Amino acid sequence: MINKNSLKSTVEKPHEAGRWYRFWDRISRYWYSFSRNKLSVMGLAIVVLVIMLAIFAPFVTPYPEHAGPFVDYKNASQPPSVKHWLGTDPIGRDIFSRIIFAFRGALVMAIVVLAITVPVGTILGLLAGYYRGTIIDTIIMRISDIFLSVPSLVLALAIAAVLKPNLMNSMIAVTAMWWPWYTRLVYGMATSIRNEYFVIAAELNGASRFHIIFREILPNCLSPIFTKMALDVGWVILIGASLSFVGLGEQPPTPALGQMVSDGAKYLPQLWWLSVFPALAIVLVILGFNFFGDGIRDMLESSR
Amino acid sequence: MKFGPFILRRLLLSIFVLLGLSIVIFIIARVVPGDPARLALGPRAPEEVVEQLRKELHMDKSLPEQYWIWLTNALLHGDLGKSLVSKRPVMEDVKEYLPATLELVFFTAIFIIFFGIFFGTLAARYKDRWVDSLIRIFAYIGVSVPSFVLAVFFILIFAYAWPILPVLGRLSPQFTVPRVTGFMILDSLLAGNLKAAWDAFLHLILPSFALALAPAFQEARITRSSMVDNLSKDYISAARGYGIPERKIMFKFLLKPSLIPTVSVMGMDIAAMIGQAFLVELIFNWPGLSRYGINAMLYKDLNAISGSVLIIGLVFTFMNILVDIIVASLDPRVRLGGIRGQ
Repeated sequence: MINKNSLKSTVEKPHEAGRWYRFWDRISRYWYSFSRNKLSVMGLAIVVLVIMLAIFAPFVTPYPEHAGPFVDYKNASQPPSVKHWLGTDPIGRDIFSRIIFAFRGALVMAIVVLAITVPVGTILGLLAGYYRGTIIDTIIMRISDIFLSVPSLVLALAIAAVLKPNLMNSMIAVTAMWWPWYTRLVYGMATSIRNEYFVIAAELNGASRFHIIFREILPNCLSPIFTKMALDVGWVILIGASLSFVGLGEQPPTPALGQMVSDGAKYLPQLWWLSVFPALAIVLVILGFNFFGDGIRDMLESSR
Repeated sequence: MKFGPFILRRLLLSIFVLLGLSIVIFIIARVVPGDPARLALGPRAPEEVVEQLRKELHMDKSLPEQYWIWLTNALLHGDLGKSLVSKRPVMEDVKEYLPATLELVFFTAIFIIFFGIFFGTLAARYKDRWVDSLIRIFAYIGVSVPSFVLAVFFILIFAYAWPILPVLGRLSPQFTVPRVTGFMILDSLLAGNLKAAWDAFLHLILPSFALALAPAFQEARITRSSMVDNLSKDYISAARGYGIPERKIMFKFLLKPSLIPTVSVMGMDIAAMIGQAFLVELIFNWPGLSRYGINAMLYKDLNAISGSVLIIGLVFTFMNILVDIIVASLDPRVRLGGIRGQ
């Protein structure tokens, strides 16, 4: 299967290869390899929908004030209906509105955690890989081994537990656990790229260490890093939901997905909608990001 | 076979890593909280009592000294301090609760290996047919459903809608089994109580399924792809050329080399499994070390937190060594210092 559009445009009008033209050509090639798998497109749709809903939560939810300390005993514990799509909780708050607002915390967590761990883990991995066999390598890699010697969720739970339970501290806990994965990934690549001829050539030309690490080695590691990042979003959301499930995440009355499931589980089976719908929301978000991540992987692997 | 040096090297590295882990745990439990003694006794305890506890915890000494005392106590006397909630030495609690977790982890691992290999072989045998697609869909869903969500759904189904399996605890209340090893099924068998053993097994099914689902289908995917890779190799064509039956090719020649990636990934699966066990044990009220640990975390019981995390790190490290040994015995390249032997 060949994308007719991109083929036609490159073959028929090669002389028009201007800057914008090349840009769009590249985009359409990426889109082609991304969209070959229909599940990736579905994932993208879910991801865009969730992000949009989270950003515009106050405008799209029917009862935005229900995402806080709101009480309405008249409408308490209503099953799903036209008025409350996913029902209401025992103090009368609309479950649908609360789920949409809970997406915010989950997404913020994923963004903050990855925005810190990816650069930190990558730089440490680059340093250890570049200075392979020296004391720097030993220190960095042994420390990352230590952090990987206990399941991430366990240590994240322990860190979150000794701090005050809130969204901020749960983010700190997950961040502390997440960087070694990137260090290990980048380390493996950096040690092999370090011995490539272009790196040696740069060294012989007198390039600085900074230049070699960040301009020669790093660009060649980016594609697997981005792939792992895309696949990690779902994981971070899962870990965040796990933390908030045991009460170590966002505190009530602010909604969080895991917290809604565990609070609702007390009312099973009569008020099943309290926990079932937030649980399905968790599954939907993670599924969406996993499909999306797979698409990104296909895209970056095919472009190499 | 250079099996000895390989394992020895692995063990030495683990000891180093575990020492490092103990430092991390010490920092989490003793340094991060600020004042553990005040935290333990609550804000209304009189100052002299808190001062007394600080002395007992050796908090008047410097941090390295504190760490050294904590570590030597743990290593030489098996003394991990006292739990604030159960009021007993943490080591005794660990001894009581660890077997339940090990039992759960053991059965989960069996489920993962069995279903992983079974579905993986099935998917490879019927590649690109509906069985393959179905297993792929389950793999996608499996990774996206957290164990605790699955556990809640299991409770909803098996406690209320269709009560055919026991949902809570390790044993129905009508049975009493004397504690010998702490492993419920083993204890029941030792006591000659077959009914209790069966009951204990039924109690295991739901928690271990909740933990096993995601890794099992992941393993199935990995087994499938490595089998499909190996299927196109020359030795399989040669075997076919000799007219060896397909079933024999599958199980005798194809399965063993194809299991190397499956087993290697087990290490990571075990990590996910032990982590998720913290929530699953809580939901199914499984009296294991993870539930003990999570309760310790919720009550800020610092000695119990550090004790249980340390023991779980120990168990996890041991399991990873086990996985490495299995991989080495499957793959001669590893134990002879090839691709993976550093």
